[in-house]
Amino acid sequence: MIKLEHVSKSYSAGIPALNDVNLEIEDGEFVFIVGSSGSGKSTLIKLLLKELEPTEGSIVINGKNLRKIRRRHIPKFRRNIGVVFQDFRLLKDRNVYENIAFAQKVIGQPTKNIKKKVPAMLSMVGLAAKYRSYPKELSGGEQQRVAIARALVNEPSILLADEPTGNLDSNNAWDIMKLLEEIHEHGTTVIVVTHNLDIVKVMKKRVITIQKGVVVSDSKQGDSSYED
Amino acid sequence: MRINTFFYSVGQGLKNIFRNGMFSLASIATMSACIFMFGVFYILIANVNMAVQNVEQGVAITVFFEAGLEESRIKEIGEDIEKRTEVKEIVFISAEEAWDSFKDVYFEGNEDYAEGFTENPLEDFANYEVYLKDVSQQTGLVTYIQNIEGVREVKQSQAVADTLTEFNKILSLVSSGIILILLCVAVFLINNTVAVGISVRKEEIAIMKLIGATDFLVRFPFIVEGIIIGAAGAAIPLGLLFVLYDKIVLYVAEKFSLVGSMMDFVQPQVLFRGLAPVALILGVGIGLFGSMWTIRKHLKV
Repeated sequence: MIKLEHVSKSYSAGIPALNDVNLEIEDGEFVFIVGSSGSGKSTLIKLLLKELEPTEGSIVINGKNLRKIRRRHIPKFRRNIGVVFQDFRLLKDRNVYENIAFAQKVIGQPTKNIKKKVPAMLSMVGLAAKYRSYPKELSGGEQQRVAIARALVNEPSILLADEPTGNLDSNNAWDIMKLLEEIHEHGTTVIVVTHNLDIVKVMKKRVITIQKGVVVSDSKQGDSSYED
Repeated sequence: MRINTFFYSVGQGLKNIFRNGMFSLASIATMSACIFMFGVFYILIANVNMAVQNVEQGVAITVFFEAGLEESRIKEIGEDIEKRTEVKEIVFISAEEAWDSFKDVYFEGNEDYAEGFTENPLEDFANYEVYLKDVSQQTGLVTYIQNIEGVREVKQSQAVADTLTEFNKILSLVSSGIILILLCVAVFLINNTVAVGISVRKEEIAIMKLIGATDFLVRFPFIVEGIIIGAAGAAIPLGLLFVLYDKIVLYVAEKFSLVGSMMDFVQPQVLFRGLAPVALILGVGIGLFGSMWTIRKHLKV
């Protein structure tokens, strides 16, 4: 479970990026976070990853108060959260297999495990045949699938997707959303930050709307007060 | 750390070196130049030290006694001198031995002239020849002996040893200065190489951090990179010096037989037994220090 209580974040003396945000996201939920540029969505993602510290308030994820996590325990905490970005952030000098295996290697998984897990993830995202391809040889949608596979290979309980369809055409965007829904059906908590209101409306999931750092609506059925 | 994580980090460190080929090469070349210079000075100092030791072995203090001093007192003086820690050896030369030695040197071929002396003209010239462990301590010992009751005169011959010791001191100072400057340049270059590596791998480091890599795992490849550059920068000049030293010694011995006969060169095996570990520790140490410094400065994990 993710719980934010009176969370505010200010970068300087100006307007806060987030202002008194209160949120609860249950385990296994699928949540969209929508809002215009500069509304505070990215700040929220960074706070959830403990890349930033809130100026005020507390964030509790899976029973752990983020403020109380020691610096040396941050890596272990982050292993429970998968992240996907708009620009995929794949390693260009490594092929699809190596990009996914990279996530396992950096947390010290034995090669035997890597050899089992990576092909399974490749099958799940439908890229088993392209395991030797390099990112530049793949379409945007395929690259995002690799990024999702990399985010999930360490079996996190939460998946954060920051504008995952932002660089994709409509067909690829829908494919990615279907994949995220499948992942959600397997029990992973999925939080998607997006601008794409068409997708939000059709998918009929919980929608949290942020404007100027404030949560302005929290709807259970795909409704949002935000207009792109 | 798991063994596969260790090998992964070492592999990444090696990859970093090849990714920034030109920078790595420049760092290794500078490091090699530093260690080469260090080796040259080390060899010079070792050989001058050996020459000093050889000269020192022949340098002695001669202690003369007051006229008519009793034999028991002379013995006591000898025992006092022998107790000093800086004394390596003490030899008693009786008046007769002193006269015999004088005759051998000055009446060689004209022994008849010496027959004219009915009494030993060096009757009051019985003496101790005192040999030191370290010639630089000679002045202190001379002062001590001069103050012993019954001692008339102390003669010392230290000009050559003093000159060599002085030369060695200057050589050590100059070489330390040059080596220090070169080492700073080497640290600076390693710093730059690792900084470029960090900048090239910025995206990868960011992803590693988000995936949950430990700070150590993010940093370790760069430390490996620094160590490898340092080790290579030490191994290359060591090999070069080993080959060159043998050749130079042979060349000097053949072409400059006078220098060759005057000077004993330190055996290469003996020399490199000392030089190799020092140079390797120096190289690896600089690599380690340079990379850790850069990581601290540029890699906020």
